[in-house]
Order: sequence, then C-alpha cells, then structure tokens
Amino acid sequence: MAILKKEEAKAVLEKVLAWSKADECEITLRGEEGGNIRYARNAVSTAGDIDNITLSVTSTFGRKSGTATINELNDDAYKRVVQRAEELAKLAPENPEYMPLRGPETFKESKMYVPATAAMTPDSRAEAVAKSIGVAKEANLEAAGFIENSTDFIAIMNSKGLFAYETDTSVVFTITTRNSAGTGSGFAARGYNDVSKLDTLEATRIAAQKANSSASAKAIEPGKYTVILEPVAATYMLENMFRGLDARNADEGRSFMSKPGGGNRLGEQLMDEKVSIYSDPFHPDLPASTWNREGFPLEKTMWIDKGVVKNLAYSQYWAKKQGVNPMPMPSNIIMDGGTASLDELIKSTEKGILVSRLWYIRLVDAQTLLLTGLTRDGTFYIENGEIKHPIKNFRFNESPVIMLNNVEALGKVERSVSIESYRSYLIPPMKIKDFTFTSLSDAV
Amino acid sequence: MKRRDFLHYAGMGLGAGLLAQLPLIGKAIPVDTPWYTIDTAKKKELADVALNAARSKGATYTDVRIGRYLNQFIITREEKVENVINTESYGIGIRVLANGCWGFASTDQMDKDSIARTAALAVSIAKENSRLITTPVELAPQKGYGEVSWKAPIEKNAFDVPLKEKADLLLSVSDAALKGGANYVGSFLFLVNEQKYFASSDGSYIDQDVHRIWPTFTVTKIDAATGKFVTRDALSAPRGMGYEYLMPRESDKIRGVTTLYRDRYDMLEDARQAATQATEKLKAKSVEPGKYDLILDPSHLWLTIHESVGHPTELDRVLGYEANFAGTSFLTLDKWESKKFQFGSPLVNIVADKTQPGSLGAVGYDDEGVATQKWDLIKDGVLVNYQAIRDQAHIIGLKQSQGCCYSQSWSDVQFQRMPNVSLQPGTAKLTPAEMIKNVEKGIFIVGNGSFSIDQQRYNFQFGGQLYYEIKNGEIVGMLNDVAYQSNTQEFWNSCKAIADQRDYRLGGSYFDGKGQPEQVSAVSHGSATARFNGVNVINTARKI
Repeated sequence: MAILKKEEAKAVLEKVLAWSKADECEITLRGEEGGNIRYARNAVSTAGDIDNITLSVTSTFGRKSGTATINELNDDAYKRVVQRAEELAKLAPENPEYMPLRGPETFKESKMYVPATAAMTPDSRAEAVAKSIGVAKEANLEAAGFIENSTDFIAIMNSKGLFAYETDTSVVFTITTRNSAGTGSGFAARGYNDVSKLDTLEATRIAAQKANSSASAKAIEPGKYTVILEPVAATYMLENMFRGLDARNADEGRSFMSKPGGGNRLGEQLMDEKVSIYSDPFHPDLPASTWNREGFPLEKTMWIDKGVVKNLAYSQYWAKKQGVNPMPMPSNIIMDGGTASLDELIKSTEKGILVSRLWYIRLVDAQTLLLTGLTRDGTFYIENGEIKHPIKNFRFNESPVIMLNNVEALGKVERSVSIESYRSYLIPPMKIKDFTFTSLSDAV
Repeated sequence: MKRRDFLHYAGMGLGAGLLAQLPLIGKAIPVDTPWYTIDTAKKKELADVALNAARSKGATYTDVRIGRYLNQFIITREEKVENVINTESYGIGIRVLANGCWGFASTDQMDKDSIARTAALAVSIAKENSRLITTPVELAPQKGYGEVSWKAPIEKNAFDVPLKEKADLLLSVSDAALKGGANYVGSFLFLVNEQKYFASSDGSYIDQDVHRIWPTFTVTKIDAATGKFVTRDALSAPRGMGYEYLMPRESDKIRGVTTLYRDRYDMLEDARQAATQATEKLKAKSVEPGKYDLILDPSHLWLTIHESVGHPTELDRVLGYEANFAGTSFLTLDKWESKKFQFGSPLVNIVADKTQPGSLGAVGYDDEGVATQKWDLIKDGVLVNYQAIRDQAHIIGLKQSQGCCYSQSWSDVQFQRMPNVSLQPGTAKLTPAEMIKNVEKGIFIVGNGSFSIDQQRYNFQFGGQLYYEIKNGEIVGMLNDVAYQSNTQEFWNSCKAIADQRDYRLGGSYFDGKGQPEQVSAVSHGSATARFNGVNVINTARKI
C-alpha cells in the first residue's frame, strides 16, 4: 500500500494543501516498500521487509518555516500535520536564506521504475541468494552477502501550483567470498533499476574467482605505481569528488574547487583532457530523477569537459547572491570512457597493479581532496601485459583530482555501484600513472 | 545516514544537505513539546500481547522492544540558526525464535491487534527462514529480572532546557569564533533520548531512560592571498549526559598548550581557542615525514582505540558475519585460545564496559535483557576476551552473554554492538607534561581527524585537529599536514607510557556503523594521554 499511483498521490496532496493557511506551503509524500536478505558463512543470518509512507508539510510565514511529518493517511491526519507545521513555523527563527517556492513546471518522465523489480518477493530474493551460496559452496568458499530491493515514489505539491511525481525501483547485491584459510578474498557489487539485469550467480562466480586467485599474495614495496582501477574501485574513489561540485563552498574558499586568491575554478583545466564527466537523467543505462526538490527540471549537464570545469551547482539562494542562474546538483553521474576492455588495459601495461576494490576511503585534506584508503579483495601485479601474481594489500594516499591528471587510458564504461553509498554510476575502468601507495597491509 | 555523510556535511558547515540526510526515523514533533515518558503499565500490557501472540504461534523464545526515541537538532551557521528539528519515533519490535531460527517484525501501529499480527509475522518469517540455516540458534541462558528499571544519571534533562537558551549558546559560539578571526563557523547540538522498554519470555520487564548530548562546531580559517584553508573542530565529546555537560566547571579543565575538558565542556572558550588556533595552524610548519614518538591526547586516542581495539574484538566480525560489510578481524579465535597473543605492551589494559556513568554505551540492561557488565579484553597486553551476545556466548565458552546487544530503533533488529572500550590509565603517577619532558623527537596530537583502517584491522592511518612538535622535552610549536600510519599490534606494543587516572577522559562517536542494512550505535572510549614510540608519520600536503 506504500506505493501510490500518480493520481492517488495528487488527490492526497490536494486534500492536505486545502488545510494550509500559511503564506507558502510545500507538501511531500513519499513511500517505500521492499525487502532484504543478509547471509554469512553460507547461511542466511537476517531478513527484513520495509513498508512505509511519510507525509511531510513545510509551512512558511514570511521567512519563518516549520516542517511536520506524519505517517498516517486520513483526513484527520492531514489537518493535524498542517496545523503542526504552521505552529512550528511561528516558533521558528527567521531564515535569511529562505527562497520563495517555485510555480508550475512540466517535467519529463523518468525511466527509473521497472515493474519486474517492484514484483520481487521474499521468495525471489531467497532464490537469488540460494544461487549465490551454491556457487560459493561449489568453489569451497564461504559467502557473505546482501541483497536489497526497493520500490519508491515521491510526489510534491506546493501552494504556487507546482506538482511533480516519480517512482523508481532499485536492487543492490554485494557478495564477499573467502577461502577457509583466510588467505584469499573476492568481492562483487551490482546495482540496477531492473532486476532482470541482476545475475547473482555470475557476480558470485567473479567474487569466487577473485578469492581463489588472490590467495597467497606476495608483498611488494609501497611507492608510486601505474594502477588499473576496476570500475567498482574507481567509483568509490571518485564519489568523494562528485560531492564537491558545489559553488558555494568553492566561492567561500573552502573546497578543492576554490581558486587561490578568491572565486572558483569554473573554466579552469583541472584534469587531463581525457576526463569528461556529466549528468544525464535520461541515459538509458542510468535513469535518474528528472526534477529536484526545489522544483527545477534536471537536464543533461556537463560538469567536467575534457578536463575543464564546466559547471558547479548553485542553490537558488547562492545563485541569487552571485547573480547567476541556479544550477541544480546532478541526480546521476556519468564519466566518459574509451573502447578498451579491462583485459586490453592490462595487456597494454608494462609494469603495474590491478586494483579490484578499494576500502574505507576517508578525506585527509579538503584543500586538495587528498583521500586515504586501502586495496582489498584482489590486488595483482602486472608485468609485460600479464597478471603475474596476487600482491598484498596497500594503503594509498591520493587525490582524485591528481589521479585524473594522471590518466593514461580509460576503458569501456560500465554501470558500477559505490560500496559505501550504494548509488550507481557509469564509470570506466582506468589506467592511472603514479598512484601513491604509502604502506602495506596484512589484511585479506 | 552513514557516519561519513554526516562528517562530510559537518565539515561543510552543516547546511540543508545535512538535514536531508539525517536518519530521522519518525515524526517531527513541535519544538516546545513538554518532555514526557509513556506509562510503564501501558507498555507492559502491550508487551504481554506480543509475548502471548508469539508463543501461541509457536515461538520458543520472544523478546519485545517498545521504544520511544526523541531527537533534537539545533544547527547554526555563522549568525544564523539554520534549523531546529525535533523528532519522535514510537513503535514496537518483536524478535522470536521458531524452528531454531530468528524472525523479526516491527510496527508503529500500537493497538493490540496490530501488535498481535506483528508477533505472528515474526514467527512466520522465522519459520520460513529456518529452511536456509545450517545450525539452529543456541541461546545462552538468561534469568528473568521481573519488573526493573534504569535511568541515566543525568543532572539536567537537555530536552527541558528552553530552545532559545540552547540556540543562543550556539549563536554565542559563532560570535566568539568570528570575533576571534574565523571566516566561517558551523555548530550543532544533537540531543538524544531513548525511552526503551524490553520484555521477554524469560520473564523480564525492563524500563530504561537513556540520554545523550553532543555539542560540536567546525571553525574555518582562510588565507585569502594563498587560498589555503584550515579547519579546527570542537574538542568536545558526545556523552551519555544531560545538559550539565554544557555547564563549564574550572575543575574539569586541563590547562596546557590548549585547554582540554573532562566531564564539563566550555563550548564558548573552546570556540575562542579554535579561532586563534586555526590562524596559527594556517601558518604552521609542514611536518617532516619520519619516525616520531607520539603523545596522544584522549580527545584523539579514543578513535584509534575504537578502530584498532573496539572493532577487531567484536565476535561477529571474528566469526565472519560482517565479512561483506564492516569486515572480519585479525584477532582470530586461535590467538585468543593461545592465551599469549601479545596484542600490546604489558602496560596496555583495555576493558569493555557497559556500566560506566556518563558514557554513551551505559545502560542497565542490553537490548536482549542482559544486565550490563565490565570485563577485560586486553590484560597486561594479552588478548583475553571478545564482545559477545546471547547467541554467540557458547562459541567462546561463556555461560552467559556479555550484554552487547543493541538496536538503533524499535524498527531494526538488535545485534552485537561495541560496548565502551577503554584503555585503563597507568598505575604509576604520571602527567602528560611529565611524559612530554622525556620525549626527544615527538608530536603531541589533540582531537580526532581523518581515519581509515583495513577490513581486518591491521593497517591504520589517523590525523588529528592540532599537532604540536616536541623537541628535547619541550613543545616548540605547531605542525601541519600530519598523519600517522601503523599496524595495530606494532602500535600497541610501542605503547611505552600511560598517564595516570587524573588525566582519564572519555571521547566517543554517535555514529558507529555496522550491519546490512546499516545501523548506527553510540559508543565511548576512555583513556589517559599515552605515549607510542617510533611511529611512522607521513606528510599529507599536496598541490592540485
């Protein structure tokens, strides 16, 4: 019952709005349903179901706003939640950065909803997990994994006449396989809108292959190496940079996008010219929201074009203050790649390191976006175009900005999922020179 | 929200982005709603409905958690109150054992019919999932306590302090920092009250009232000419206390190169100090990489303890249950069984403690009805124990759970979470100043900064807020661009001095993340200032 159709959601929002006496009122209705299974040691450990709906009302008098939220849908609840929001608004301090609500707008439809994913059941999740456990047992490995699917909808309406609705589905699967001696570990992650693209058997096979081939790793000296980052590694590294595409922090002088001496780096050649990064909610392989919560339509936007900073996001308030047009934050991120396969990238490498996955990445210095983290679940030494042997894991200290200045080659773009946020991206495997490893880790 | 998202937004001045990400499970409630609790008799009546319904459907064990969770956030940015949010979440979570397998279901519909239906659902989930388990759950015995209660020993309920007083404090913090030369300052106050009622088929009915408070800020200072910027975060700690934590007391201040705080925090003084120190940090010398003796203040050391001792001694990680998310542990069972695994130097004594007053982990009973306790994890440097719950106790030969079970809300299933894990102070009289006098080439590190550790907890890297260079027993000035890297066992074996009880303080985190779906948990870590010899320090300055 948590997923309302467009007309049903609109009818609820209209009823709620009818109670408003505020200068401005914005109502958001969202619902989610889905479920998950977690397993470890080749057996299910926990399973859960999610089913919730939330109605949220923000009322504003002048520049004073209040928000109230409720999870009941009936006439009495509608009245109460609006009254609460209005009481709160009257108590709230003035927000000098309050921006008036936007009026009606037509948004193109998003392609995020896939009926097959919405139709997933505890049984189909269990079946996907059983396949994965089967592969691990066959390979004499221990599997620990997680599958979670959800169907969401969001609808907004405001007192200026804006109405928007969208719905989406997602399924995320992650799998770690380890050998019993604890000397080898492999991993795979998949995230899709469409469950028919998810093959837990194939993903677990890849994790198993990594686990077996990474056993008995040799230590090599830390230092600067040419690395090939598989998409799941590159995605996690770059996600930290995508968060920083904000003009305000840059203009205020406290971001890697700040220009020394004042202003931001718009128009600057910040990375190698092989690097182009954009957002496109209509990309068939990575459908995303076509509007944002402020009521702006989202279109294809170039952020980094051949290494040059093309756009930064401006909130309505910051855009007005700086005298520019607002630029909403992107709802997805796509990085252009090349034509080479991962194997071809390896073949073209005289000496280097193949990195399957990165782990526990944290910001060290906001000024340069220096990050630290470790390799994990399959790190291999490459010599004369061939994988020679597994190597022990490294800690790195590297900035994605410096890294994207050292791009030697980009491979074919893949849909890849961040292992921390579970957001999906389109990212190529990449060959990077002078990637800085600073110490060895004994972890497997 | 994941801890890192929170830290990201915290570092960026706590804008609207933070609010969109907060784990606001529940309903927003008016900011000035008087603080109240729900009648215990009512909760017992509802719990009995669940216990009876589950038993009648075939559960062999049932526990019920009725939770009312209150949060209040006050957020300021420079001279503006950015937002005030109150949230309340109220509902019931029912966990059962049937056919030897766990089942869990929850609802916020608190009528008897809904509760009975939810209990039946939990039993049916357990029965369904029992097809996919290899060995039945083995639960350590636990006696019922009857009707008991526990309240956090707070002096002043922060939810009762008028909102204006709290917002004004944060605005004064902004004022102090800006007057002190800061370019930006973002502050917040984050209050938590967990009203938890637990009932089980073992015969326990436990009512608990848990309070937490976290005041903090980030000050940013920019050199306009060079574009260089630095930040300095508050030296406060999240605590299991009431508003008294924000009522400064001279006897709780430790004066030195910077003022540090025990059980009372002076937020205004710290903000003034932060602005001055940020200016100093901007001009500080960039560190020469190499080996240094590190003197680590408790405001910093808590996070190193958390990552390198707290996590690897979690039994579920050791056994592989977290392999796909948080990771496993290098502290494998054979190391524990050997009774001679030298985790640290003989000075190193580390305890797990769910009873310590004023700590984030303190409760009377855990989330499966086990009275809390204190036990040794590392004794004279040797690994002697782990952290376990009822279904794990038998694995390490315990007859009873250690009481480490926790769930972030009524709607999530409880599982093994870290208790407070603390380094015991030295037994010989020693102050940090005396410790520094014996250091030839070292760095004194204050406050927690960046952090990262591998999935088995061997290799780590930590930064801080303030770094002071020590030469020939004297602090000679501030350093910048410092991070240290080490291996957990090597690091703890390099511990050569620990200050005495007088210097013991608590640090901690509101957002320790674990599990899939991820749950957060709040945990404290105590220590006195400690010395670690010959640790590898790297320089983190780069150019883009």
